[in-house]
Amino acid sequence: MFENIGEIVVLFWRTLLALPLAWRERQKIFDQFYEIGNASLLMVCILSFFIGGVLSLQIGPFMTDKGLTGYLGGIVGYAHARELAPIMMAILIAGRIGSAMTAEIGSMSVYQEIDALRTMNINPIHYLVLPRMVAIAIALPMLVVVSILVGWFGGAVVAAVNTHIGISYQGFFSDLRNVVQIKDVMNGVFKSFCFALIIGIVSCHQGLVTLGGPRGIGRSVTKAVVNSIVLIVLFDYILTRILLK
Amino acid sequence: MNGTANNHSGVSLQVRGLRKSFDGQEVLKGVDFDVQAGEIFVIMGPSGSGKSVLLKHLIGLEMPDAGEIRINDKVVNPEEISAQYRTALVFQSGALLNSLTVGENVGLYLSEHRLKPPEEIEKIVSETLQAVGLADAANKMPGDLSGGMKKRAAIARALVIEPQLILYDEPTSELDPLSSVMVGEEILKLQERTQVTSLVVSHDRDLAFGIADRIAVIMDGKILKIGTPEEVKNFNDPLVQKFLNADFKHQKK
Repeated sequence: MFENIGEIVVLFWRTLLALPLAWRERQKIFDQFYEIGNASLLMVCILSFFIGGVLSLQIGPFMTDKGLTGYLGGIVGYAHARELAPIMMAILIAGRIGSAMTAEIGSMSVYQEIDALRTMNINPIHYLVLPRMVAIAIALPMLVVVSILVGWFGGAVVAAVNTHIGISYQGFFSDLRNVVQIKDVMNGVFKSFCFALIIGIVSCHQGLVTLGGPRGIGRSVTKAVVNSIVLIVLFDYILTRILLK
Repeated sequence: MNGTANNHSGVSLQVRGLRKSFDGQEVLKGVDFDVQAGEIFVIMGPSGSGKSVLLKHLIGLEMPDAGEIRINDKVVNPEEISAQYRTALVFQSGALLNSLTVGENVGLYLSEHRLKPPEEIEKIVSETLQAVGLADAANKMPGDLSGGMKKRAAIARALVIEPQLILYDEPTSELDPLSSVMVGEEILKLQERTQVTSLVVSHDRDLAFGIADRIAVIMDGKILKIGTPEEVKNFNDPLVQKFLNADFKHQKK
């Protein structure tokens, strides 16, 4: 992964320079955005509901035993907004969308479609990378907002339904409101924006450097997903450290 | 076709001392040749002789280790050829974008560079597809086309650029004899209609001798002979003669 870091940074820089063309490419951006949302929304909801639920299930009985049930909504809400929603959604999107991006661009590389673009003086960064980067940078934070809301709901449902915890919806959300502030949600959204850039650039780069036939495409997809997840976790720590201040 | 065919003017091409190695293996060993404006120049040679690599240099997909490329006697940076001149490459595989319809593929150059309004692009695409005998294929996906249709669609995509220099990479490979003849005729018709400079890389002897104004024979990264089809046929070199006259020798018992 690290031997390509220079190439990835250069690709990212060139994509940034192409940003003024984003309006021109709005149709492609919208198509990609729809693709990401359409492919992921249901999965995001299911995953988030159960992440919130399992968090309540893990912590709830313990806190009940310690007489701290009043803090459950706050803990679930805070952890989900600041950490679990951004990182879990980023991993989901890296696996589901990042892999598709690499496979598509990789197959275009292997079958000379990208060479064909170059011979027509069409810049592959403008045509392929820019729309995907902009779309994922908008879509992932939006999905994370959905994930946060659904995760809170999942936590509240489990807290209310589980007899060992037995906190009402009102009690759960009232505690959540006391603890979680808007800046905590924005913190998670900002993280997810950074993760989106990582997924987009790593996946597009890996697609562009794909060589060989179908095996090469498979290798690139695996590499893109693994590298994205490693970088997401690494940057999660760095961003958390910075945002704690 | 009128909209796309009248504005071509072929360029001349000069290649001097072109060298290229991959992982220490020299693929082009100092290639020199001239192509005159408006001629059909065929580079012929066996597989692995460096033909396709040479072609990639001429359109900026590869950078040479040494040597220079001149267009109209002006030295050009290979990477900037397609930005400075209207060039087109018809790939061996067609290289149509599989996510677009045939019509979108053909109109891609015009739509991406915002050269014409969408209605005009649609008209040009339809006329160009008609000219290559694919009038009904505009809404088909590339995956639905046969090998010959893909090649013709790729030629249509190249035509829309109104190229000054058009490069063909093995245009008849994987085609049946009838489709090969059709593609060869397409190259001839295009040259007659537009006076575009055509450079064809092929190992198909029938195609080369059927369409070329001049032929270069390349072997092992070097040009062995350049001349008219007649001159090349009569060139007395054992390697060239072996390539030109290769045939089955097996006798049925």
